[in-house]
Amino acid sequence: MADVITADGPATHEAAIPLRQRAASLAGLTDIPATESCGQEVLFPRLSEYLETVTALRDAGFEMCVDLCAVDYLRHHGRPLPTGVEPERFEIVVNLLAITDVRRVRIRVQVPEGDCVVPTIFDLYPGTENMEREAFDLFGISFDHHPDLTRILMPEDWEGHPLRKDYSVGRIPVQFKEAPGPR
Amino acid sequence: MSDDRRATVPPTNPSDPFGQIGEELVAETDEGPQELQDRGDTSAAKLAIEEGSFLRLPEGLVLDPGDIDVEFGEDETMIINMGPQHPSTHGVLRIMLELEGETVLRSKPVVGYLHTGMEKTAEQLTYVQGATNVTRMDYLAPLHNELVWSLAVEALIGTEVPQRATWIRMLMTELNRMSSHVMWMATNGMDLASTSMMIYGFREREMILSFFEKTTGLRMNHDYIRPGGVAADLPDGWEDDVMSIVDTIPSRMDDYDEMLTGQPIFKLRTEGVGIIGPDLAIAMAATGPILRASGVPWDLRRSMPYLAYDEVDFDVIVGTVGDTYDRYAVRLNEIRESCKIVRQCVERMPLGDYRVQDKKVTPPPRARIDESMEALIHHFKIFTRGFEVPEGEVYTAVESPRGELGCYLVSDGANKPYRMHFRAPSFVNLQTLPPLLRGGLIADAIAIISSVDPVMGEVDR
Amino acid sequence: MGLEDLSHNFLTGTLEELVKWARRSSVWPATFGLACCAIEMMAAGAADFDLARYGMEVFRASPRQADLMVVAGRVSQKMAPVLRNVYDQMMEPKWVISMGVCASTGGMFNNYAIVQGVDQIVPVDVYAPGCPPNPQTLMHAILTLHEQIRTGELTRRRGAGLGARIDLATERLPAGWVAAPPAPVHLGTPR
Repeated sequence: MADVITADGPATHEAAIPLRQRAASLAGLTDIPATESCGQEVLFPRLSEYLETVTALRDAGFEMCVDLCAVDYLRHHGRPLPTGVEPERFEIVVNLLAITDVRRVRIRVQVPEGDCVVPTIFDLYPGTENMEREAFDLFGISFDHHPDLTRILMPEDWEGHPLRKDYSVGRIPVQFKEAPGPR
Repeated sequence: MSDDRRATVPPTNPSDPFGQIGEELVAETDEGPQELQDRGDTSAAKLAIEEGSFLRLPEGLVLDPGDIDVEFGEDETMIINMGPQHPSTHGVLRIMLELEGETVLRSKPVVGYLHTGMEKTAEQLTYVQGATNVTRMDYLAPLHNELVWSLAVEALIGTEVPQRATWIRMLMTELNRMSSHVMWMATNGMDLASTSMMIYGFREREMILSFFEKTTGLRMNHDYIRPGGVAADLPDGWEDDVMSIVDTIPSRMDDYDEMLTGQPIFKLRTEGVGIIGPDLAIAMAATGPILRASGVPWDLRRSMPYLAYDEVDFDVIVGTVGDTYDRYAVRLNEIRESCKIVRQCVERMPLGDYRVQDKKVTPPPRARIDESMEALIHHFKIFTRGFEVPEGEVYTAVESPRGELGCYLVSDGANKPYRMHFRAPSFVNLQTLPPLLRGGLIADAIAIISSVDPVMGEVDR
Repeated sequence: MGLEDLSHNFLTGTLEELVKWARRSSVWPATFGLACCAIEMMAAGAADFDLARYGMEVFRASPRQADLMVVAGRVSQKMAPVLRNVYDQMMEPKWVISMGVCASTGGMFNNYAIVQGVDQIVPVDVYAPGCPPNPQTLMHAILTLHEQIRTGELTRRRGAGLGARIDLATERLPAGWVAAPPAPVHLGTPR
């Protein structure tokens, strides 16, 4: 595992957003590492703090959970993360949207490979049902207390989780009719 | 907001399923009597879940006819499968319906019949080729997919696209919105048994598609909007072509308005059918015409403008009731608003480059390859290896005809994306189907599914 | 008994021509639009490129009433058994047009999720390339099919028995099953 790299470089500027504008401070989450990525605020709660972070943001006015997806960082451990955040193999990325305040916030939670179980946010945002099923189907990350955690895109008896980095694309070599055989 | 969200529910008494007998709502549990939350405190989302519109059964459920008794009890419900091959579902959507007679009780949309592995394929294609992949997700509005992809890549690279490219993108995506909504009106008309609407709708769509063919080379799945700008400039005489489109379509829209909106059968089939309130819509993360028809004035073009939408004048169409009729009215009027925007694009199209003049990102013009060695090398590199994008991650969103279309892009500094995820609006909007279908007839189910306007290419990706 | 017992002779010659004319003039397609190609198929059935002039504008939802299955779009792993099911429910004589590159060979999606060519599942008569093919390309494919019907055998049977039975569990074709050779698409107007 690579060393934790402090946030440097153009993609992540710590505290580039003024403190009074940051959604994290609005929600009372001042002790969670936060950065900025291309003008968007990103929070990095620990897996144990994930549910209360989302709850706090929801109470602070983020009414809609726009997207929930997973990323497999098997081939890219050395990604820039703020200090205090331990990189793991998987990440759950949640994008929230506040309609009245017109702002977005992103949450990135590190999920270890051995124990990839994440609490569900279905009770807070019922719209994440399909998104969490997709993350389970394609990555194998389980969600605690999800009402119906089954495969959604692949057939129900499919084995393996296709979007993991150690699952091959499944490309078959292209065969041309009447082409001369290999010499 | 009450903290008592995990209130336990008493054992169900069939004659009193919501436990409203008695003055105090108290349930006996293992931990002693627990007071229940007052009914009025329950959020709309929770009500939808409690009322039982979600059918939680395995998708591979196969009922053996031998298991069914000949004597059918009066209160027994049937589980019927609708799709994936069905003339009235938009694409390969399968819905398991629990029916009592012909009334739909619970339902479960089953998707995945068009899963193409596009997100995995994107990791094998370069950033230049990426637009060909993503454009096939929402195949009715391909330019929007390309646009959100290009915006995400440009956000990571940090380039600014020239003015003309921005306005060309806006023109093309608004025309695409028009063609998508017209197509929706055609298929919606056919689902409600108005075959003439199908024929008329495609006639309008052909006008727009022939302009697309002239500009981009293809009728669908154009690969026109690429990171850095657009692939080619607008052809000579484009103003006349576009003005002929926007001069004809509003009058035709008035014809369809007359044909459908005032018609009693259409109104009976759509008014009051499939009502969704704003709270439930927001809880289900529905966006686009569904959210606007419920009364929430949320349109990314107005609230979080991208391209040059803050410089053009248009209205955001908002409904009141949130039924199928409102969704139809929202889309019909959005066609008219798009005509307005296209007219302004034609009048105010700036001159200039149609793609950014950065040699690392944009291939050189074909004629220069014969003259300059450097141009040849750049061309070769861009089309074989592609360009590298700095490390980072970004989420960009645009307003597609179906709702908020977002692209979450993670780059590790290579010439291919590390992870590309598309937030497809139809995938999320399909979650509103069970509450919408509950209590209606099967014929209403057809109208409701059609009004939700799912495009299975982006649902399954 | 039946037509296959009659050998070609001057008595039945005109009758065969009549039957083949009737068959090719009213080929009814089954609705099997999957993805983007489905939109072009609908456009081919609509006003500008009219399929009704070939007697084909009635897209039958029930496969029992359909003659032609136009596989329009990419066939995913989950959809493959459904496709085979629908094909089996169609009555003979039946034809299959594989529309678009995704249906013909898997197209640009050479990965785990897409069946690399619908001819892995059903026997195909005509392949129409394009991504998506123009409605004009689809019409050319249909006219090629009409030529095949006009010049082909009245009681054409593919392989052994009624169609080929593919064991999806082992994904292997039974021995002796030969795929029908693809129809060469002639450039220019069909004769």
